[in-house]
Amino acid sequence: MVPITTFHYLVVAAALFVLGVIGVLTRRNVVIVLMSIELILNAVSLNLVAFSRMWGNLHGQVFAIFIVVDAAAEAAVGLGILIAFFRNKETINIDEIDLLKW
Amino acid sequence: MIPLFIWALDSPLQHPAGIAAFLISVVAPVNGEMAPVATPFFFYLLSGLAVAGGFFVVTRHNPVHCALALIVTLIAVAHLYLMLYAPFVAGVQIIVYAGGIMVLFLFVIMLVNIERASKDRRFNRIWPVGLAAACALMGLFVSAFVKGRGLFPDRMIKLPEASNTQEIATALYGEAGRMGQYTFAFEIASLLLLVAILGAVIMTKKRI
Repeated sequence: MVPITTFHYLVVAAALFVLGVIGVLTRRNVVIVLMSIELILNAVSLNLVAFSRMWGNLHGQVFAIFIVVDAAAEAAVGLGILIAFFRNKETINIDEIDLLKW
Repeated sequence: MIPLFIWALDSPLQHPAGIAAFLISVVAPVNGEMAPVATPFFFYLLSGLAVAGGFFVVTRHNPVHCALALIVTLIAVAHLYLMLYAPFVAGVQIIVYAGGIMVLFLFVIMLVNIERASKDRRFNRIWPVGLAAACALMGLFVSAFVKGRGLFPDRMIKLPEASNTQEIATALYGEAGRMGQYTFAFEIASLLLLVAILGAVIMTKKRI
C-alpha cells in the first residue's frame, strides 16, 4: 500500500474546499451558504496542519487554532446579520435578498 | 469481600477495557510510545467520511441534515488532525467548532423558519454559473497537483505528541520575542472575539 504522505492530505483538503465553494455558489438557503464557508475554512486548516507536520514545526497548528477562533467570530456575526435580516424580510432565500440590485 | 476477590480474578479479556489494554500492549513497543497502526485504512476511512459529510452539506434539502453532516465532517477532520500529530488542534476543533459553532448554527436554524425552506428548491437561480466556477477551480487544483507532485519532501516526521500542548502554549503565551511568537496575535484574536460579541449582540437587538 502506498504510504500516506502530505500530498494525500492536500487532496482531501482540496476536495473539501471545492465542495465548500459549490455550496457557497449554488445553494439557496443562506444558512447553508454559511455552513459551506465553514467547510472552506476547515479545508484550509487541514492544509495548514498537514504542512505543519511536513516541516516539523508548530506554526501551521497555531494558525489552525487562530482559524477556529476566526470562524467562531465570523459565524456569530454572520448569523446575527441573518437573524436581523430575517426579522425585516421574513425570508432566507438568497434569490430574494436583492436590495442592492438596481 | 469475597465477590470482590472473585471479580478481581476474572479474566481480563472478558472486559472491554481488558481487551483494549491487551491490544495496545501488542502494538506498543517497550518504551511506551505508540507506533501508528493501519494508517492507510484510517486515513481513507476518515477522509471518506469528511468528503461524504461535505457532499451531504451541499446537497440536502433540510438545513438540519446539512448541519449534522457538517458535524460529521468536523469530527472526521479532528481525527485527521490526530493522525497528523496535532492533538491540541483536534481538541480545539471538537470543543469549539463541533461543540460551539455548530450548536449556534442549529439554534439559528431553529429560529429561522425551516418548514418552508425544506420544501423550497435547493439551488439558486444562477447555479450553472456557480457550478462552472467550481469546476474551473477543481481543474486548477488538479493541474497544480499533477504539476507539483514531486515538489514536497516526502518525509513524514513523527512529531512528539505528549509535549504538543506545552509547545503550542509556549508559542501562544510565551514572552514576545524568541519563545512566544504568537503572543501579539493571541491578544489581537481576543480583541476580535470581543468585537464579534459586540457585533452579534447589536445585530440581534430589536431597538439599538
